[in-house]
Amino acid sequence: MIDLHSKLSAIDVPVDWVGLREVSETTTARMIRDGNPVLNDSSNSHGIMVEVLKNGQFAYYGTKDLTSRGVSIAAAKAAKLAEIGAPYAIYRFDQGARPAHTGNYQSPFDKSRGSVSAGEINELLLKSNRALKISDKIISATSLCVVIESDHHFVSSNESDISQDFFLLEFDLRATAQDGNNMQTRTFGGMRGNCFQMGMEYFDEFEVMACATRIGEQALELLTADECPDETTDLVIASDQMMLQIHESVGHAIEVDRILGDERNYAGWSFVNLKDFGSLKYGSPLMNITFDPTVSNEFASYGYDDSGLKAEKHHLIKDGTLMRGLGGMESQIRSGVPGVANFRASSWNRAPIDRMGNINLEPGDSSFNDIIESVEHGIYMESNRSWSIDDYRNKFQFGCEYAKLIENGKFTKTLRNPNYRGISSSFWNNLKRVGDSSTFQVYGTPNCGKGEPNQVIRVGHASPACLFHDVAIFGGA
Amino acid sequence: MPLLRASFMMLQFLVELDIVKELFKVFSSKLFDSLLKDETLKMTFSGESSQFIRINNAKIRQAGYVDDADVELTLIFNNRTCSRSFTYTNNPDNNLKTALSILTEMRDEITQLPVDPYIVDPIISNSTEDIRHCSLLNEEQVVDALLPVMQNVDLVGIWASGRAFRGAANSLGLNHWFEADSFTLDYSLVTPQHQMVKGTFSGEDWDQNKYEEFLSASKNKLELLNKKPVKIKPGSYRVWFEPAAVSDFIGMFSWNGVGEASIQQGCSGFSKMRNNSEILSPKFTLKEDFSSGMVPRFNSEGEIAPETMTLIDRGKLQNTLVSSRTAAEYGVESNMAENGEFLRSPKMQSGSLSEVDILPSIDNGLFISNIHYLNWSDNPSGRITGLTRYACFHVERGEVVAPIETMRFDDTFYRFFGTELEAVGKKVNIIPDVSTYYRRSLEVMKCPGILVNSFALTL
Repeated sequence: MIDLHSKLSAIDVPVDWVGLREVSETTTARMIRDGNPVLNDSSNSHGIMVEVLKNGQFAYYGTKDLTSRGVSIAAAKAAKLAEIGAPYAIYRFDQGARPAHTGNYQSPFDKSRGSVSAGEINELLLKSNRALKISDKIISATSLCVVIESDHHFVSSNESDISQDFFLLEFDLRATAQDGNNMQTRTFGGMRGNCFQMGMEYFDEFEVMACATRIGEQALELLTADECPDETTDLVIASDQMMLQIHESVGHAIEVDRILGDERNYAGWSFVNLKDFGSLKYGSPLMNITFDPTVSNEFASYGYDDSGLKAEKHHLIKDGTLMRGLGGMESQIRSGVPGVANFRASSWNRAPIDRMGNINLEPGDSSFNDIIESVEHGIYMESNRSWSIDDYRNKFQFGCEYAKLIENGKFTKTLRNPNYRGISSSFWNNLKRVGDSSTFQVYGTPNCGKGEPNQVIRVGHASPACLFHDVAIFGGA
Repeated sequence: MPLLRASFMMLQFLVELDIVKELFKVFSSKLFDSLLKDETLKMTFSGESSQFIRINNAKIRQAGYVDDADVELTLIFNNRTCSRSFTYTNNPDNNLKTALSILTEMRDEITQLPVDPYIVDPIISNSTEDIRHCSLLNEEQVVDALLPVMQNVDLVGIWASGRAFRGAANSLGLNHWFEADSFTLDYSLVTPQHQMVKGTFSGEDWDQNKYEEFLSASKNKLELLNKKPVKIKPGSYRVWFEPAAVSDFIGMFSWNGVGEASIQQGCSGFSKMRNNSEILSPKFTLKEDFSSGMVPRFNSEGEIAPETMTLIDRGKLQNTLVSSRTAAEYGVESNMAENGEFLRSPKMQSGSLSEVDILPSIDNGLFISNIHYLNWSDNPSGRITGLTRYACFHVERGEVVAPIETMRFDDTFYRFFGTELEAVGKKVNIIPDVSTYYRRSLEVMKCPGILVNSFALTL
């Protein structure tokens, strides 16, 4: 990282506020597929987001030129753009949109990337890859490890000075079994859901191998499983699919910038209105959704957002009622709705917007056995494989990798190609049981897309297993 | 030392002139010179200098610039390979220093890695250069050119403009360069009843009159949305899909579709076509077509794709996209696809249905302008789910009755590009990829609309 204070001091442009956010991020990805290395790649992106406020309008310049001259030129160009844009500003902001804070954040980890060599990681991936391929019918097996080291430093003319160093892991195992036109894939948590803030201590060979064997066996099991039936019935959703359910039908729907219309040309709008905060019965009284950047090891834990706002835990939905939006300082000022510290950018080359952080469903009081035993007839689903929802975040359809039929409180057989669909608010109002802390698991996704220009950001989701009544369920073609 | 000093002065001169291509040539040449015996190196360059203005309700939400570039190095030695990329700054000396340091790290790592039997070695072929500098709108005049025309309408969207760079080189002497100016204004117009019209004004040379005419035409479309939307029931409908919607369907082929690796690895809906258990309609023909020159033909290996290649010929699978790595692994012939085996410049062949005949041909059914949030709901069966979006209408007896409320669909392309494909539009639209994940996309699709006899809406 560079001396950001000296760059800030060198800026000589008449503006009302200026901030510099330096990001240096190194992503190291290693992958073995079908017994051979296909990826040993490391990429570093390093630059500075120069942001200015002039005449009530923010403007930015994301620059790879890290010299004082380069940063000053960037500030001057941003200032000019703010000046010419100000007559058309959607809102005239002041420095209140960039609160002054100083502080640090460091991801918790014991073992650094360098503590495990490239050769050792490749060896572990190779072993797990062999374990996935338990049969000739497994036609493809993939073992993937991604390590991300992301260092952020933010300074501003109103004396914010925040350093945050993140150490993140993504790990996935995948096996595809084929029998004619019947192809079934099983993964570790569904769609790269297995991601954390954690060090290389995560890679316990015994556990990795056990997971790989189970995933290979379940891919094979799905080849001979019955097709998921078409019916409206009880649905028990495992934590690794609840993650997606929360993400799509709650998280995005309560992003305040969407509600204010910023995303209407791309990600979409929302069925939630500004007047709904404090009153909308979003779900059943069992539904408690939090924005929680403090969960140790969750993927999107952090100390401050990219406006400099300190990140703290808040209830977004309390006992089923919508209380607070996913809106950073700019959205809070524009909307008057209480928000959280979620004004985040994907890197130095994008301006921050309202994003999810860790959006979690708080545990209830049902054990996993209680939930299953309470179901006379229903389906249990694990691990997302397909996701789609409309631009108002109403009509969703999700598919999972693996399902079990539940009859008289017991799992009776495995089902393949399970899907379900519904409408967000009515679905959440049919939430009948929420698992206790023994069923609570932490997941996340590295691939949440939003914004113009587009940005991909990392989010965390933790949830217990849950039971929903009256869900439309169906199988494959 | 004098040689180094001269070199540095030359680089400084080039920086001032912002001749990115020349800088990259010097940089890559120095790096190739530093290689040791039996080492080979491949290199790609990707960068942009862009202006972005985000608009909501015809006001400026966010505005700024991004100046970004990165270089990826792929080292091959002793049947092993690894790669590194880094941000390519404006300082030539620092770039070279960083790259040399990275090369040292890669030499240390590569000996630890397993042998890779499917390495794509660097190739020797003709180098290419394609530079298109155009008359873009002056950055400081953008606000005054764009915003006043938008007033009195709720417009939301993104202006993206500037220069994009792509390069590929290798230690055997290959050197490709692509550099192009372009702009897009991708927007939605929104009525007070939340009905929306989509528009994308794009090009290379700015023409203020054309922009104003284009926006005016979009505003006129809003009149069609004045009627109260009707709620339609799930079921099967006759549907006309506008070219923008068809392009979204074809875009799905880039993801577990037309790539040879995805077929070989059991995650493609094209497998049924490969084993001849299914075909599409004789009216459906799809090609990769680089003849317009809008998209670079070279891939990240530096290989040049054929100018045109038929993928599906009158419903039958002729070719899949095959990268050289896939070719080596599965014993098939490469057609110089990009490593991800995605469509880069697809073109669907037009049909015979003229624009004036579209509504009468629908008779009773739906006119769908755009679709949203597509995903495979059953990939091996080719089944895609998604939603209607923007200006979509209920049509009765060949006339537009009213807009429809958002509907979910779930159907297989073996039906809507196959058994149920009744007609293909005569007019082909050029649809730029306006996505800006990581950087502005350069891809372009050309396709017509389609008339489908039966299409499944589910929710």
